[in-house]
Amino acid sequence: MATIASTPGASTPGASAPGTTARGRRPSGERTALLGWSAANLLILGISLVPLLWLVSLSFKTPASITDGSFIPNEWTLENYRGIFGESLFTRALLNSLGIALISTVLAVVLGSMAAYAIARLAFPGKRLLIGLALLIAMFPQISLVSPLFNLWRQIGIFDTWIGLIIPYLTFSLPLAIYTLSAFFREIPWDLEKAAQVDGATPLQAFLRVIAPLAAPGMVTTAILVFIFCWNDFLFAISLTSTEQSRTVPAAIAFFTGASQFAQPIGSIAAAAVVITIPIIIFVLLFQRRIVAGLTSGAVKG
Amino acid sequence: MADIVLDHVTKRFPDGRLAVDDASLSITDGEFVILVGPSGCGKSTTLNMIAGLEDITTGELRIGGKMVNDLAPKDRDIAMVFQSYALYPHMTVRKNMGFALALAKRPKDEINRKVEEAAQVLDLTEHLDRKPAQLSGGQRQRVAMGRAIVRSPKAFLMDEPLSNLDAKLRVQMRTEVSRLQNRLGTTTVYVTHDQTEAMTLGDRVAVLRSGRIQQVGTPTELYSRPATVFVAGFIGSPAMNFVPATLEEGELRTPFGTITPDDRQRRLLEGWNGGAAGGRSLIVGARPEHFEDAALEQVKDRPGPRFTVTVDVLERLGSDSYAYFTVAGGRARAADLEELAHDAGTVDLASGDPQIVARLDAVSRIREGENAELWLDTDQLHLFDPDTGRNLDAPAAT
Ligand SMILES: Nc1ncnc2c1ncn2[C@@H]1O[C@H](COP(=O)(O)OP(=O)(O)OP(=O)(O)O)[C@@H](O)[C@H]1O
Ligand SMILES: [Mg+2]
Repeated sequence: MATIASTPGASTPGASAPGTTARGRRPSGERTALLGWSAANLLILGISLVPLLWLVSLSFKTPASITDGSFIPNEWTLENYRGIFGESLFTRALLNSLGIALISTVLAVVLGSMAAYAIARLAFPGKRLLIGLALLIAMFPQISLVSPLFNLWRQIGIFDTWIGLIIPYLTFSLPLAIYTLSAFFREIPWDLEKAAQVDGATPLQAFLRVIAPLAAPGMVTTAILVFIFCWNDFLFAISLTSTEQSRTVPAAIAFFTGASQFAQPIGSIAAAAVVITIPIIIFVLLFQRRIVAGLTSGAVKG
Repeated sequence: MADIVLDHVTKRFPDGRLAVDDASLSITDGEFVILVGPSGCGKSTTLNMIAGLEDITTGELRIGGKMVNDLAPKDRDIAMVFQSYALYPHMTVRKNMGFALALAKRPKDEINRKVEEAAQVLDLTEHLDRKPAQLSGGQRQRVAMGRAIVRSPKAFLMDEPLSNLDAKLRVQMRTEVSRLQNRLGTTTVYVTHDQTEAMTLGDRVAVLRSGRIQQVGTPTELYSRPATVFVAGFIGSPAMNFVPATLEEGELRTPFGTITPDDRQRRLLEGWNGGAAGGRSLIVGARPEHFEDAALEQVKDRPGPRFTVTVDVLERLGSDSYAYFTVAGGRARAADLEELAHDAGTVDLASGDPQIVARLDAVSRIREGENAELWLDTDQLHLFDPDTGRNLDAPAAT
């Protein structure tokens, strides 16, 4: 961990030094630029955060005050949260979401690592074709796959199962994983692997003990991206499931009903949305540093 | 420890590139052999084949008497030091050095003992628990060496291990490498670009050119009896001077004047049946130290041509001086020379009259920009066939 912590620290002084001198030379121009950037950042931050905050606010409102239009709830309540966690519709969906997303992520990272490693390191016939194909699949409109999959899944009996969702998730997240990971693998000096081999490592040992730890930031990045993709998916989840057995949260939210037939379930929906945003936020905050830090510094002459 | 034998080894890359062409080299147990040659001549490829990192296309590689062509690197028991050092950035120095032993599943206390011993030798003890990123270039280089020596392997392979260091550190590490090899007595193959490393480190030096081994011999042999123009031009700094010459009535007409061959040279010239077209022109090579200021006492009575040149540049180094001048008579032409010029990056200078370098005694009074009379020691001249590039004095094809 020392390297991870020290690397950004070590690079910062070097990176900021020119900026400091420039500021010293042209204070006024620099200040205007700073102001401009701050304003732009604040604007973007505001635009992206307002809907989220609105959602949070909604989730704490009582059903009666949902439509009162005030940003800060007049009357705070945890009733919405209590409500959704009391219903198996949501709790079971949460479990499905977690399970399906985690399994898909692990599979995508493991399979993606192998494929990306091969692409980055080996010259094999059809390599360009493979890359092109992966890109093509990633660009494929998902909606066009939904009805064929629906029919196919019902026939082979994996409709409304975890595996029935994991497969299409892998289809779309593997190309992404291969892309990000091969970029990371390419960064790792080939000599390291040769050194490991000469040191007596089998190719597998060289991969597991030298390459994989160095590609860890890349794997974490990929894992987060894949997890977010699976976690957020609505299209496949709504089309390929029919019961609580495998319905994930985004799909389950659509089945929320209000307390009475005419009451809107807005509060519960907002609460559910907030709940499923939390893991993503935790993920990103937790691994932000790892994603940014380049582990390879010091491997070769700096 | 073991001997290494390359028996007609050839390497052709999948793209058709012939990187090593029919190389035969026999390295005895405990010997320190240097591979030198210009960039892209196949040094690293040769080393990688010995390590097992590249397949051998044809030929046989034997280590310790055993054919190892198909053995994986891990089963060859050979340690390699890379130009980039290739230290594992996520491991401490201790882990880096002990990695091979850990893979071999040696007991922890043995690993620790060996790593600490090696660290002692290389003066790395206080850095054992730091990561490579926290070390200086020289320290990283020592860790790379340490990683090789802890294993007590059959042989060391080093691919330009010092080329990333600054000049001063390189000199220091050079003696370090030499000391280490003497002490351990492990068979070593060492790749370098550096003249001084090639001449000072090894027991024997192999000069490579476009995948072919040109000559193998002790540094002295290569220097005093180069087999080809290429070796003659590559070994030695400043490089040997080459000028064209013609053989007329038993005498050599050179830009330095007419030279009467001595007995040795006469024998060689008689044994030589002329160039490809029966031509009588050849290339004469003279090392800078074979020139001298004709005014000096020690050369007063010695035979040999004296000629007057205008000294363009004079570099006084204290111990001696280098005089640069040109002579009329054109440039010696041979494929080898063109390749040497390419490697030295002086291709664009390769027109007009050749620049000659002479090393003169420090007491010489010659001054820059003035005319000076120089003397050439003809006993030491090398004679080359311009078509084959071979030294007339070289034993038939090696
Ligand atoms: N993987 C490869 N595929 C095709 N050709 C290659 C490959 N690796 C090296 N070569 C070619 O083989 C030749 C020898 O390369 P090598 O790396 O052995 O040179 P070198 O003597 O070590 O040069 P340098 O001093 O620059 O390191 C070069 O011309 C190079 O272009
Ligand atoms: Mg090389």
